[in-house]
Amino acid sequence: MDTQFIFSIVQQLSVGLIESCKIFLLTLLFSMPLGLLVAFGRMSKWTPLKCFASDKFLEQIHILQTAQGKEEKTAFSLRAKSAFFLFKPIQFVLKVFIAILRGTPLMLQLFAIYYGPYYIFGIPISMEYRFTAVIIAFSVNYSAYFAEIYRAGIESIPVGQYEAATVLGYNKVQTFFRIIFPQMCKRVLPPVTNEAITLVKDTSLAFVISYTEMFTLAKQISAAKTTIMPLIVAGVFYFIFNAIVAFVMERIEKKMNYYR
Amino acid sequence: MKILEINHCNKKFGENEVLKDISLSVAEGQVVSIIGPSGSGKSTLLRCATLLETMDGGDLIYLGDYAAKADPQGKAVYASKQELQGIKQHFGLVFQNFNLFPHYSVLKNITEPPILIGKRPKEEVYAEARVLLEKMGLADKENAYPYQLSGGQQQRVSIARALAMKPKILFFDEPTSALDPELTGEILQVIKELAAEHMTMVIVTHEMSFARDVSNHIIFMDGGVIVEEGEPNQIINHPQQERTKAFLHRFQQ
Ligand SMILES: Nc1ncnc2c1ncn2[C@@H]1O[C@H](COP(=O)(O)OP(=O)(O)OP(=O)(O)O)[C@@H](O)[C@H]1O
Ligand SMILES: [Mg+2]
Repeated sequence: MDTQFIFSIVQQLSVGLIESCKIFLLTLLFSMPLGLLVAFGRMSKWTPLKCFASDKFLEQIHILQTAQGKEEKTAFSLRAKSAFFLFKPIQFVLKVFIAILRGTPLMLQLFAIYYGPYYIFGIPISMEYRFTAVIIAFSVNYSAYFAEIYRAGIESIPVGQYEAATVLGYNKVQTFFRIIFPQMCKRVLPPVTNEAITLVKDTSLAFVISYTEMFTLAKQISAAKTTIMPLIVAGVFYFIFNAIVAFVMERIEKKMNYYR
Repeated sequence: MKILEINHCNKKFGENEVLKDISLSVAEGQVVSIIGPSGSGKSTLLRCATLLETMDGGDLIYLGDYAAKADPQGKAVYASKQELQGIKQHFGLVFQNFNLFPHYSVLKNITEPPILIGKRPKEEVYAEARVLLEKMGLADKENAYPYQLSGGQQQRVSIARALAMKPKILFFDEPTSALDPELTGEILQVIKELAAEHMTMVIVTHEMSFARDVSNHIIFMDGGVIVEEGEPNQIINHPQQERTKAFLHRFQQ
């Protein structure tokens, strides 16, 4: 095995590495803001039926039902009814959304998004769609993870911060973007770094829909030349890629260390 | 002139009646202290007055403007968001645990609200903030971040932050309770100076001698009601009600 051969592997894999970088950067670009929207929805307290949950209304239903001769245990049934009217639709939908995206393999989601349009709507799959499908699947999947990280970050900010801002006259938007968001960013940085590092390795999953990123290439060369050298080189590339990600995130963390 | 007026305020948390028919009024320049045992509803009263909680019943009036008005059944009906926003400019609140914004420098903590919310010119706000810091003995700390300050210094910054909004009335909820005993003095001193300048204030405190020295009027609360109120000397030294006597007795030990 000569250096010439290794050099040619490195050269070929570099092309794939660029594709992996593209997936990585575009996924972060879309999933990080999308995650914030998902987190907002997940934290939504909107209860459209709340007006029916008033004691008076519930009592009236109860009186109606007892008048119809239905025996009911007051306390329990009242509570059950008020729970029903306090249903939070947006929160519920996003809980389900997050549960599905975190509860099924990303590989499966890639298949679903790539082949779904054809099998469900009969839309022919074009070559360009392959890349789009990868980015959609990765962005949506990662947005679910980011959403939960953001939510934890937002919920960890003491209520006193909201109260101080409210008393000073900040409205909700001002409070969020000036007071809560900057503090959230600092707190979520370590888990976000974790996700970013996982994402670097996850880009290799794009091979399941035959998108030629680095791992796909490594496997192809490896099969053609019956050597594991390309896979080792790919491993080294992923490692270096992640070292760079970790270094950049550490720099950002340091930058945010001006306060505690 | 009446700065604050609360009439027949009622507040429940679930089944727990925390405030029962509380009425009080604060005139311009008056300093009112509220004392009472833990759980008596002092904080809840301040939180209702500062719109952090909504009252179930009663009136809440600042300078003649109704923040909440009781309907014929006594239920509190609040003014529109816009009106409340205007009314918020009349008061400030100093918290027990400061609640400074940790990601802002001392100067930004003080200057952002008047610039952003008060829509006042930057130069003017900065100049005033520096005067306030000077007064609080923190002239050299304007670029520090809250975590770099002692509790007493943080509390002084939070008082400056409240004052920068030029409130007509300032509420304090146990401003020294989170501080080491040797730091409480400096905060009490600042409040005394404000009192000397005729700042209108309502102070919830466990410092009885301070309450007696600084205020014109003391309210003793217990179990969500005002048990006794009046002149400081009378309440602290010659209480009439048994509950007040018992409370003060416990404190003197
Ligand atoms: N958000 C809340 N939800 C439910 N109950 C509450 C809430 N806030 C206060 N309470 C209850 O209201 C009562 C009065 O509390 P509050 O904090 O006003 O008392 P306090 O006089 O300020 O006491 P302390 O001297 O300990 O600060 C307590 O019984 C408390 O448990
Ligand atoms: Mg309290």
